[in-house]
Amino acid sequence: MSPNGSRPAVAPAELLRAALRDTPQGEWVQDALAAAAERPETAGRSFAQAGRRAGRAPLPDVPGWTADEAARALLLAALPPGRAAAEAETLYRYGDADEKRAVLKALPMLDIGDEALPLLHDAIRTNDTRLVAAALGPYARHLDQAAWRQAVLKCVFMGVPLAVVDRLDERADQELAAMLAAFAAERAAAARPTPPDAAALLGRLTGKEA
Amino acid sequence: MRIFDPHIHMTSRTTDDYARMAAAGVRALVEPAFWLGQPRTNPGSFTDYFDSLIGWEPYRAAQFGIVHHATIALNPKEANDPRCRPVLDLLPRYLDKDRVVAVGEIGYDSMTPEEDDAFERQLALAVEHELPALVHTPHRDKAHGTRRTLEVVAASGIDPGRVAVDHLNEVTVGIVRESGCWMGFSIYPETKMSPPRMVEILREHGPERMLVNSAADWGHSDPLLTLETAQAMLAAGFTEDDVDRVLWRNPVEFYGQSGRLDLTPAGAGEETFAGSSIKRGGS
Repeated sequence: MSPNGSRPAVAPAELLRAALRDTPQGEWVQDALAAAAERPETAGRSFAQAGRRAGRAPLPDVPGWTADEAARALLLAALPPGRAAAEAETLYRYGDADEKRAVLKALPMLDIGDEALPLLHDAIRTNDTRLVAAALGPYARHLDQAAWRQAVLKCVFMGVPLAVVDRLDERADQELAAMLAAFAAERAAAARPTPPDAAALLGRLTGKEA
Repeated sequence: MRIFDPHIHMTSRTTDDYARMAAAGVRALVEPAFWLGQPRTNPGSFTDYFDSLIGWEPYRAAQFGIVHHATIALNPKEANDPRCRPVLDLLPRYLDKDRVVAVGEIGYDSMTPEEDDAFERQLALAVEHELPALVHTPHRDKAHGTRRTLEVVAASGIDPGRVAVDHLNEVTVGIVRESGCWMGFSIYPETKMSPPRMVEILREHGPERMLVNSAADWGHSDPLLTLETAQAMLAAGFTEDDVDRVLWRNPVEFYGQSGRLDLTPAGAGEETFAGSSIKRGGS
């Protein structure tokens, strides 16, 4: 595995659609997607019910995705052009933790530019590791560098593996290295270990072995 | 011993309580939406609270292997405040959520016309969303309030087997039993109901449709009184199976009627990414 994890940056909608097609609940997903395209107001209920209707099993062909997440991402992608950003914001606002996570994972698949950036900031402010992790996928390219560095450091604090951070080595800079070094110094002073992935990143940034 | 607390307000409890509950055998709980001591003044205050009941609290519970579900409603006390009533229009959104297993707490506080209206509308929402209902009975004028509660439930058309009427005592248990509704008892350190009195009620009325909860909240209450009641049952000669029925299988049966109760132990389906657990800990 490459240092920042060798995985596809974006799971294309077609891949998710194909993975759901062969599940027992595939028919419900097809109907819900068709309804969302024609009558966008149906998307909210389908989105909430996706876990019960589409199941929550991991999709073997799309590592890192479960059936409910895929169904929810496809629902957002199925909305008429121009509706996705507003609908993503509403679904996130009123979503439970699983729904919020699905919105965050879907963002890179939507043609919405940086309109959903406030959702990332909200997720990164939470103390829920699942949301913080989901906020650091490919859509995090819209985060400015200062916010991105803070988010990476928050992952280290919360015990979120740095493997979740998209393009980690590409974006990591000397300022992040300085922050990680200060973190490691605090940990050393407290006789507590620095997580190995953070130490390894620091090593790569400073050219020293961890 | 496995314990399912069918009514506890964890929002008001500390993380240490989760740890103590887990150590005592509590593996699942339901947190009903209620008031917070301090009155709310707008619908947004409710939605932030509801978001916590379906977001942060399940997450916090899962850290201790406890499965968390919620019930959602406008509570009877705040149903009287015109500033809060618009939240009724926001409820359908929440009643579709995976971890919402009933409409509640609904019912009466002071038995006003506003409470009548909110109670009836929310029973209708329960029917529409195919959810059971958790009904609070008033602390003042309880016997009268309980009778009136049962009349409203009967008039709503909801199946009484999908309704739990809570905070009962020796005076109110009989009429609720006859109605076909489930009977809830909140075991408190001093008020409401005590473990020895609960044992007597179980002796007299049997374990069928009986729900025992701690209803622990921001007041003087104790999340471990479910365990204490279980121990009092055993000491009084009830079997382990009786205890399991009252403190586990009954709440599973009642809330299971939602079709949404997911008792997969927290952590069993732990999120992993690239082989690493997100809940690695150690920070």
